[in-house]
Amino acid sequence: MNKETREIVIPSQLLGDLKSKKAGRGTFIEDGKIYAEVLGVLNANSDYINVVPLKGRYDPIEGDFVIGIVIEAMSSSWLVDINAAYPALLHVNEVPWDVDFNETEKYLNMGDTVMAKILQVDQEKKLQITLKDRNLYKVKGGNIVNVEPSKVPRIIGKKASMISLIKKYTRCRIFVGQNGRIWIDGEEEGVKKVIDTIKKIEEESLSYGLTNKIKDLLEKDSKDVH
Amino acid sequence: MKSDIELLKNGKRLDGRKPDELRQIKIEAGVLHRAEGSCYLEWGGNKVLAAVYGPREAIPRHTQNPLRAVVKAKYNMAAFSVDDRKRPGPDRRSREISKVISEALENVILVEKYPRASIDVNIEVLDAEAGTRCAGLTAAAVALVDAGIPMRDIPVSCAAGKIEGKVVLDLGKEEDNFGEADLPIAISPRSGKILLLQMDGHLTHDEFDEALNLAINGCKTVSEIQKKAILEKYQKTGGK
Repeated sequence: MNKETREIVIPSQLLGDLKSKKAGRGTFIEDGKIYAEVLGVLNANSDYINVVPLKGRYDPIEGDFVIGIVIEAMSSSWLVDINAAYPALLHVNEVPWDVDFNETEKYLNMGDTVMAKILQVDQEKKLQITLKDRNLYKVKGGNIVNVEPSKVPRIIGKKASMISLIKKYTRCRIFVGQNGRIWIDGEEEGVKKVIDTIKKIEEESLSYGLTNKIKDLLEKDSKDVH
Repeated sequence: MKSDIELLKNGKRLDGRKPDELRQIKIEAGVLHRAEGSCYLEWGGNKVLAAVYGPREAIPRHTQNPLRAVVKAKYNMAAFSVDDRKRPGPDRRSREISKVISEALENVILVEKYPRASIDVNIEVLDAEAGTRCAGLTAAAVALVDAGIPMRDIPVSCAAGKIEGKVVLDLGKEEDNFGEADLPIAISPRSGKILLLQMDGHLTHDEFDEALNLAINGCKTVSEIQKKAILEKYQKTGGK
C-alpha cells in the first residue's frame, strides 16, 4: 500500500485473520477469516478491520442529523425520504407545532425539506424521525447538494475541522446531514465556492492531508475575491 | 439438429478458438447515471447492460419479506438483439432466466441486512450471440458491486457445451444452434459453490463432469476480468 492514497477493496476480498485482527464494519467472517462485504476503502489501522463503503444508500443510525424531503402527508404523520433504503415516518407528536388531525398539509407538504433527527430504527428497519431537538426546522431557502453518504465524515473532517474551515472562508451557513444531503445558505458567490469545495473533497476523498489542501485552495481563492 | 457446417476443424473451432478458449470479454462498471450501480459488458458478440436500483422498500407490499431483502432481476432482450425481430415484452424464456438469475444473486447478497426491501436488477440484452444468460449474470454481479450492495462474493457465470462429440468452453452462436449440448453455470468463485446450473441437450456422465470442470475454470478467468473492471473504475478516482 502506498502512502498517497488509501487501498480500495472489493467484496469477497480476503482482509485478514480473526487471530490478529477484529472484524469491523463492512466486513464478514467465514471460517475464521475476515472478508470485505462492500466496495470500499480499507481501514486497518486499529485492532479492527473496517471497510468504509464508497457508494450505497445511507444506513440510518439513531441520533443522526439528516435532511429529509417530505414525500407524503398522511392524516397524522408524514412520510419523509431521507436517502435510506426506507422512507421515514414523522409523527405529528414529533413536530414543534400543534397539528390537528387531517391538517398535516398545512404545516408540511410534499416536496418540503426538513432538518431532522433519527428517533428510532427498529429491527424491521422501520424508521422514525423527529423535529424536536435543537436547531431542527423546516428549511426555507438555501441550496441542497447531494454527496455520497460515506463521504460525509470527510466533509466534516476531524473534530469538524474541514466544515468550520469552509464556513470561515465562505461565510455561509451550512448544515451537513449524515445522509449525504448538505444545505447551504449565504451569498451567491459563497454558495458557489462551498459547492466547488465539496465537489473537490468528494473527488479527492481518498488522499491524505486533505484539510490542508482545501485550506490552501480556499485561501488562494479568497485573495482573488477581496 | 445436424448441420452441414463443420464446427470443429483440426482442433480449431469456427471462429478459430481452441476448445478451452473464451470469447473476448470487455467489462465496464458504472456507465449509467440514474441507476445506483451499472455495468456494460461485451462477451464475443453479446452486448449487455445491467442496472441496479435499491435497496428500496419492496412494492407491492405483499412481496416484502420481513426478515430479508428480495432480489428482483429482470432479464429482457431488446427487439433488435436477434436476427429476426424479437417480440418485445416478457415471454416464457425471459421469465425463466429472470428467475434463475434472481435466485443465483440472492445467494451471494447479504439479504438479511435489508429487511422488507427489494434490490432490483435490470438486465438488458442489446445484442445476442449465444450465452446471454451468462453474460447477463456476470454483468449484473459487477453492477451490484458498483451499487455498493453488501455481498459475500462476486458471482460469475460461464457455459460449456459439446460440439461434434467434443466438450468445449463458451459456445458461440453456430455451436449453440447446431451443437449437441449446452451447460451454463454460475459459481461463487471464492467458495466454488454452484449458484446456477442448467443443461440443454445430452451429455454422458463423464462428459458432464468434464464440461462442468471446464465451465468452472472459465468462470474463474471471467471473475478476474470482473474484478479488474471494478478496480480500474475506482482505484484512482474513487469513482468520480
